[in-house]
Amino acid sequence: MSVDQKMDSGRRQLLVATSAAGGVAAVATAVPFVASLTPSERAKAAGAPVEADISKLAPGEMMTVEWRGKPVWILRRTPEMLSSLEKTDAVVSDPESGKEMQPEYAKNKHRSIKPEYLIAVGICTHLGCSPSDKFKVGAESGMGEEWHGGFLCPCHGSKFDLSGRVYKSMPAPDNLEVPPHKYLSDTTILIGDDSKA
Amino acid sequence: MTTKSQELLNWIDDRFPLTSTWKAHLSEYYAPKNFNFWYFFGSLALLVLVIQILTGIFLVMHYKPDASLNASGIPVAFASVEYIMREVPGGWLIRYLHSTGASAFFIVVYLHMFRGLLYGSYRKPRELIWIFGTLIFLALMAEAFMGYLLPWGQMSFWGAQVIVNLFSAIPVIGPDLSVVIRGDFVVSDATLNRFFSFHVIAVPLVLIGLVLAHIVALHEVGSNNPDGVEIKKKKDANGIPLDGIPFHPYYTVKDIVGVVGFLIFFTAIVFFAPEGGGYFLEYNNFIPADPLKTPPHIAPVWYFTPFYSILRAVTYPLFGIDAKFWGVVAMGAAVVIIAFLPWLDRSPVKSIRYKGGLFKGVLAVFVVSFFILGYLGVLPPTPGRTLVAQICSVIYFAFFLAMPWYSKLDQCKPEPDRVTFK
Repeated sequence: MSVDQKMDSGRRQLLVATSAAGGVAAVATAVPFVASLTPSERAKAAGAPVEADISKLAPGEMMTVEWRGKPVWILRRTPEMLSSLEKTDAVVSDPESGKEMQPEYAKNKHRSIKPEYLIAVGICTHLGCSPSDKFKVGAESGMGEEWHGGFLCPCHGSKFDLSGRVYKSMPAPDNLEVPPHKYLSDTTILIGDDSKA
Repeated sequence: MTTKSQELLNWIDDRFPLTSTWKAHLSEYYAPKNFNFWYFFGSLALLVLVIQILTGIFLVMHYKPDASLNASGIPVAFASVEYIMREVPGGWLIRYLHSTGASAFFIVVYLHMFRGLLYGSYRKPRELIWIFGTLIFLALMAEAFMGYLLPWGQMSFWGAQVIVNLFSAIPVIGPDLSVVIRGDFVVSDATLNRFFSFHVIAVPLVLIGLVLAHIVALHEVGSNNPDGVEIKKKKDANGIPLDGIPFHPYYTVKDIVGVVGFLIFFTAIVFFAPEGGGYFLEYNNFIPADPLKTPPHIAPVWYFTPFYSILRAVTYPLFGIDAKFWGVVAMGAAVVIIAFLPWLDRSPVKSIRYKGGLFKGVLAVFVVSFFILGYLGVLPPTPGRTLVAQICSVIYFAFFLAMPWYSKLDQCKPEPDRVTFK
């Protein structure tokens, strides 16, 4: 083929058009593959609410139930534990629960419906470890003299008070999440559903 | 060679570039004659890759990526690893070769990278070799991380939980991205299965491709050496570098010595300390995954700890975005910044042999901080340790970012014309 042979611009256009159409088709084919990476219908349906029986929970004790594959804590706080929240007010980063980490009805100092019971998702808002309870107060806790009781995340050291409020200058940005919940009776809590009906 | 076999070879060479490939990459690939023991680690990395692929193939024959609980209430994946360890003939050896191989891979690769740092192997014209190398390191980290989920122990589960959640720190797209990575709202069976797929197919293919590109780029420009002088500058009448020797047989034989030495160490660990004192296989990973309870102390496997320490060291929010996001950025940057070394080093010489006291001092401080970061990464955080980690993280980045200045200020010695060789 000689160099000065004229380019067939009609064929060239056809070539470009077919390549473009083929490219669009190839990209479109990627859609179902990417979609297959998202949660399946079964995974989406697995979020059913769970009931927790709190009749055997003594003051100062905590129980854990599984909801959507995550631990949900139910902590029955003693009066001393509740009064510790006054002391931690000054050292937590969001004392008024300004950020949307709880339903409206838990947007208060004790971050719960009934002050006595804290219901929170036991997953650190930093990178998702489950914090350990450090309910002992002062030096005995191993958390220093100033410790008022709360939770310590073992992964990156974030500290939370007994309302799940995060301390200032911690890796965790937010307070622990309070899941939607409601009391079915005085001793039964439904976690994952707060509808009035 | 007999005529018959020569005829066969000719027949093949007419159809496939066998002899020419052999010559280009082995018998007529001229490598500098002054390689020292630091040059073992490239070929050893290749050996470990082969060990991992071979043992991996056999492990997949018995392993089951299934997070559901069996009749005894143990996750099937966890139970299948125990089955390999206890009931598959030779299974324990294959599994320990693979799990110890992962740590060996990183030991060899870290030493290989440090060699590059010592002798300026990343400098022009070897920038692409270095970039491919950094990508191999990244792919290796992904491969190791996803492989660690498969035994479905406590460390598998919570390690994956933490690392996948790193992605949720990215503003706007983060939360959805982490759901797409997990395939679920929590680390679950879906996550286990896709990590299995990536670990046994996708990432190894990428890894092999990158290793090929790494070697092809190396053989295009030729190897660096402990003196950091180009052997291609001085050639004989036939165009062969005066200080070059054919890779085969000289370095194939030398590397076999390296292989033997390595295998003595490697098999000693496999047979006598396969858990590496809890560093190669963490004790908490002998407990089946429990999504409701994080072990009281979780730490990544040793090879990730320097970078994990950098992640933890960032505790201040910036520009109205959480500290968490910046921790992730710092950790990512700590790996990516390695790729920029070719453009950060402005020293007139390549090799540490001719660099001055300033560079040697800075390098020593960098290595010490890297070890401290690695050590802190396995410990639970305290305010004091966090402060030390913050200082070491600053040193880590300063080593790279200040390099254009201190590498210029450094009082270097003149490079020799040709490599030194006794």
